[in-house]
Amino acid sequence: MEKSSAAIVPDTPSAERYGAMTVGTWRWIGTWRWIGTLALIAFAIALPFTLSNYHVFELTLVMIYAIAVLGLNILTGYNGQISLGHGGFFAAGAYTAAILMHRYGVPYWATLPPAGLICFVLGVLFGLPALRFDGPYLALVTLAMALATPQLLKYFDTWTGGQQGINLAKPMPPAGLGLDRDRWLYLIALVALLIAIRVAANMLNGRTGRAWVAIRDHPIAAAAMGIDTARYKTLAFGTSTLFTGVAGALSAIAIGYVSPESYSLFLSVSFLVGSAVGGIATIGGAIVGGFFIQFVPNLANDISDAAPWAIYGLAMLLCMYTMPHGVVGSIRSWLTRLAERTTVRHAAGGRSDQNDEGWTS
Amino acid sequence: MSRKQMTSAATAAASLLLAGGLAFAAGQYGPGASDAEIKLGNTMPYSGPASAYGAIGKAEVAYFNMINEQGGVNGRRINFITRDDGYSPPKTVELVRKMVEEDQVLALFNTLGTPPNTAIQAYANDNKVPQLFVATGADKWNDPKNHPWTIGWQPSYRIEARIYGRYILKNLPNAKIAVLYQNDDFGKDYLIGLREALGPKADTMIVATKTYETTDPTVDSQIVSLQGSGADTLLTAAVPKFAAQAIRKVFDIGWKPTHFLTNVSVSVGAVMKPAGPEKGVGFISAGYLKEPTDPQWANTPEYKEWLDWMKKYNSAGSLTDSNNVYGYSAAQTMVAVLKASGDNLTRENLMKQAAGIHDLKLPMLLPGIVISTSETDFAPIKQMQLMKFDGSTWQLFGEVISGSGS
Amino acid sequence: MHEFWQQVFSGLAAGSVYASVALALVMIYRSTDLVNFAQGEMAMFSTYIAWTLVNAGMPFWGAFAITLIVSFVGGMVIERVVIRPVENAPVLAAVVVTIGLLLIFNSVAGWIYTYTVQDFPSPFPDRPLFHALITTRDLGVIAVTLIMLVLLFLFFRFTSTGLAMRAAAQNPASARLCGIRVGRMLAIGWGLAAAIGATAGIMVAPVLFLDPNMMGGVLLYAFAGALLGGITSPVGAVVGGLIVGVTENLVGTYLIASQLKLTVALALIILVLVFRPNGLFGTAIVRRV
Repeated sequence: MEKSSAAIVPDTPSAERYGAMTVGTWRWIGTWRWIGTLALIAFAIALPFTLSNYHVFELTLVMIYAIAVLGLNILTGYNGQISLGHGGFFAAGAYTAAILMHRYGVPYWATLPPAGLICFVLGVLFGLPALRFDGPYLALVTLAMALATPQLLKYFDTWTGGQQGINLAKPMPPAGLGLDRDRWLYLIALVALLIAIRVAANMLNGRTGRAWVAIRDHPIAAAAMGIDTARYKTLAFGTSTLFTGVAGALSAIAIGYVSPESYSLFLSVSFLVGSAVGGIATIGGAIVGGFFIQFVPNLANDISDAAPWAIYGLAMLLCMYTMPHGVVGSIRSWLTRLAERTTVRHAAGGRSDQNDEGWTS
Repeated sequence: MSRKQMTSAATAAASLLLAGGLAFAAGQYGPGASDAEIKLGNTMPYSGPASAYGAIGKAEVAYFNMINEQGGVNGRRINFITRDDGYSPPKTVELVRKMVEEDQVLALFNTLGTPPNTAIQAYANDNKVPQLFVATGADKWNDPKNHPWTIGWQPSYRIEARIYGRYILKNLPNAKIAVLYQNDDFGKDYLIGLREALGPKADTMIVATKTYETTDPTVDSQIVSLQGSGADTLLTAAVPKFAAQAIRKVFDIGWKPTHFLTNVSVSVGAVMKPAGPEKGVGFISAGYLKEPTDPQWANTPEYKEWLDWMKKYNSAGSLTDSNNVYGYSAAQTMVAVLKASGDNLTRENLMKQAAGIHDLKLPMLLPGIVISTSETDFAPIKQMQLMKFDGSTWQLFGEVISGSGS
Repeated sequence: MHEFWQQVFSGLAAGSVYASVALALVMIYRSTDLVNFAQGEMAMFSTYIAWTLVNAGMPFWGAFAITLIVSFVGGMVIERVVIRPVENAPVLAAVVVTIGLLLIFNSVAGWIYTYTVQDFPSPFPDRPLFHALITTRDLGVIAVTLIMLVLLFLFFRFTSTGLAMRAAAQNPASARLCGIRVGRMLAIGWGLAAAIGATAGIMVAPVLFLDPNMMGGVLLYAFAGALLGGITSPVGAVVGGLIVGVTENLVGTYLIASQLKLTVALALIILVLVFRPNGLFGTAIVRRV
C-alpha cells in the first residue's frame, strides 16, 4: 500500500476541472462570489464597532491565526510539503518585531516587512535541505524546528530577553480617528489579512500556484515537463514562512509580550489542525482554521471543566470524519459537484435524469 | 449639633480614618463586588507540562467553597473563576482580559507562573486591577514603586537559594558545588541566588551546572555529567517529577553528595517516596509550609482542620501533595484581605489592605513564620526554615531565617 | 573515561525505551501507512491500567498480562472505530485524527488519575552493576525490548498471520484477492502496536515516574529514532532508538552549551537523514509516474 505525501489532497479541483465547467454556471457562482466578498469585507470593518473590546481582541487573534494558517496552507496544501514546525517561524516573526521595537525603537507598523523578510529567508534556508525529505521524514525535520525554537530563544538571551521575555507597549492609534487601541489593532490585522489573501490568491491562481500543485500531485511528471522543482519547492517554503512570520509579528504587537513559553510545540500542532479543519488547499479555509484554533478550546472548556482537551480532540475527530477535506474543501467539492450536474444537464440537452451515475466527484 | 449630626460626624470621621479619605457608604463596590458576592479571577495550568500545579487551583476552589458554605466573607459569597491557560502567556493574556472585561472580576488572585504573570502585569497595572498573591517565586513581584497593583506571596526562589548558599559558606566552606536546574526562570533563579550568596567565591565553588527542559524524558545524563565534575555538593532546582528522577539516578551511580533540594519538590508523597525514601537521607531543604506527610504535625489541631477540609471539600486531591497546603494557605490569605476590606470592596481598598497585612499567622505556615506587607514591601512571606530528611520526614532545624530582599 | 561509558550505558537504557515506542510506531506505519501520534499517550494510558490493577493488589506479572490483552483489544477497537473512517481520506485527516486521539487520552488520563506523579513498581530489582555503569533494571528494560523485537521478527517471518499482514500492507488489493481479510489485518496491526506500547510504558514508568505527561518527551525521541532507523524497518526502529538515546546523552555531556542539547541532538539526526533520506535501514519509496 503506497501513498506518497502528495496524496495529502487527492482530489482538490485543479486547473483542468475548472476548465471543464460551463462558463455559465461558474460565472453565476463568480458574480455572487464578488458580491459576497465585498459584503463580507464591509461587515468585517463594521463589526468591531458593535462588539466589546474583549471580543474585538479575540477576533484580532482569529485573523492573525488565519494569516499563519494561510502560510501553512500554501506549503502543505498547495505544495504538498507537510510542516509541523510553523510555530517556530511564527516565533521568529514575533521576536523580530519584538526586538526591533524594544531594542531599536522601530515603530510597530514598520516591523512587519522585516519580520516577513527574515522569515522568508529562514524559510528558504530551511526549504533547501527539506528538498531531500518527504512525508514523515519532512514532518520530523519541521518538528525539530518547532522543538528547537524555545531552546534557542532561551539561549540567546541577550537578544531575546531569555526566559523573561520582552514586554512591548501596545500601539496607540493615530489621533483624530476616534479609535481605541483594540479597534485600531483589529483594523491593522484585517488589512494584513486582506493583503495576504490577495497575494496568496494571485500566486496560487497564477503560474507559481499551478507549478506548486503540479509538483504536489505529480512531482516526477512536473520535473519531466521542465518545472524547476527545487526552485518552486523552496519558494513555497519561503512564501509560506513569510506569511506565518508576519502573523507572528502581528501577534507580538497585539498581545504585547513574547516569551519562549508562548511558542511551544502545541502551537505548531494547532496550526496544522486549523489548516486541516478549514481545508488544507484553500484560502478561505485559513479563516475557518483561525476561528477553530481560537474558539474551540474555549468552548471545550465551557463544556467540560474536567477534561476540556478531550472535547477539543473529539471536535477534531468529528470534523475529520464529516469533512475530511476541511470545511471549505467540502463546500468546494459540493459546489463542484453541483456545477458538474448542471453541466451534464446542459450537455445532455436538458434532460435531468440522464448520466448522473457516470460522474464521480 | 444634634445627636444625629454628631453620630454622622463621628461615623464619617471613623470611616475617614479607616478608609483613608474615601466617603462613607453602606457598601462601596468596585466591579465584581456586590452585597451578595465577590468575583475573583484566576488562571492555572490545568493542562500541559505544568499541569501538576493545577492542584493548587482545585484546592483554592475547594477552600472558597467551604468559606461560602460557612456564610461567606462578611456575608458575601466568593465567586472564584479559574481557567486553564496551559502555562502559555498569550492564553493567559486572553483569559485575563476576558475575566476583567467580560466577567468583571474585582481582582486577580494567585495566577500561576512567571511568564504568564509577566504577560499580564502591564495590563493589570494599566487598568488598575489588583494582581494579588501571584503564584510564582520570582523576585520581581516585590516592586511597589513601578507595579503598585502586583503583589507576590511565596518566598522567592532567590531567597531560598541564598539561604542554601549561606549555609554552605558556613558549614561546607570547601564544597565543590554542582547545580541541576530547570531551563527557565524558576531554575535559573536558584543559580542566581546561590551565586549571590557565595559572592566572590561563586566561581570557584560552583564547578558544574546542567539544565534540563520539561520536555526531556529523563535527567540521567545530566546527573552523570555532574558527578563527573568531581562535585561533592549538589543543588537540585527541579520540579517534582525530575527531582525524583534525579534522586534515583544519584543513588544508582553511587554518588553521595550533600544534596540540597528545592522547596518545590520536598513533598514526601510526590517525590521522596517514589524515588525511594532511603535515598533521600541527609537531604537539606528549606520550607515555609507544613509538609502534610510530616508526622510531627499529625496530631495538631491545625493539621486535623486541614485534613477535615481535604476530606470534605477536596476529596479528589492527594493527602501527600503539598500543593494542597499551598492552595489552602494562599486562599486563607485572600480571605483575610477580603475580611479586612469590610464593606469597602473597591479595587483600591483591596490593594490597600493587601499592602497592609501585619503579622498574619496561618495554621499551615511553619511556627514562627508570618505574613506581613507594607507599602514598600510587597513580599508577604520572607521567612523560611532549614530542614533535613531523615528517611521518613523532614526534620526542621536551626531557626526561622529571614531572607533579605532583592 | 568512566563517565563516557556511564553516559553510553545510560543512553542505551533510555534508548531502549525510545526503541520500544519506535517499534510500535513502525508497526502501525507498516500496516496502515500512518504515523500514530497518539502512540505515547496510548502507552501511558495502558500503564495507568496496569497501575490500577497493581494498586488493587494484583501481582505484577498478572497485571502486566491483563494490561497487554486489554491494550491489544483496545488497539484493535481504536483502529476499527476511530481510524477506519479516515483510512481513505487524505493523509492529513488521519494525522489530525491521531493528534485528536492524543489529546483525548491525555486529558482523560489527567481527569481520572490527576496530574500528581505516581509511583510504579518495577519487576526488576534495582542493583547497580559493573561499577555502577548500569543497573539490573536498565538491563531488564533493554532485554525486554530486544525480546519484543525478536518475537515480532518471528511473528512476521514464520506465522501465517504475520505473512498475511505483510501482504495486506504491501498490496491490499492483491491480498484481498488471495482471501486475506485486509481490514482484520489492519486491526491486528494496531492491536499489536498498542500491546508493544503498553510494554514500553510499563517498563519505563518505574524510571520516569507515572503521570499523564510521562510519554510526551519519549514520543518525540521515539519518532526521531524510528525515522533515523527507517520508518519501515523494525530493526531500524530499535537501532534508531538506541542511537538517539546515546547521542542525546553524549551531546548533553560534551557540548559546552548544554542548554542546546535537544537542538544539537536533533540537528545531528537530521544530518544523518540528509545523507540517507529514508533512514539507515529504510527502503526507498518507489513511485510510478
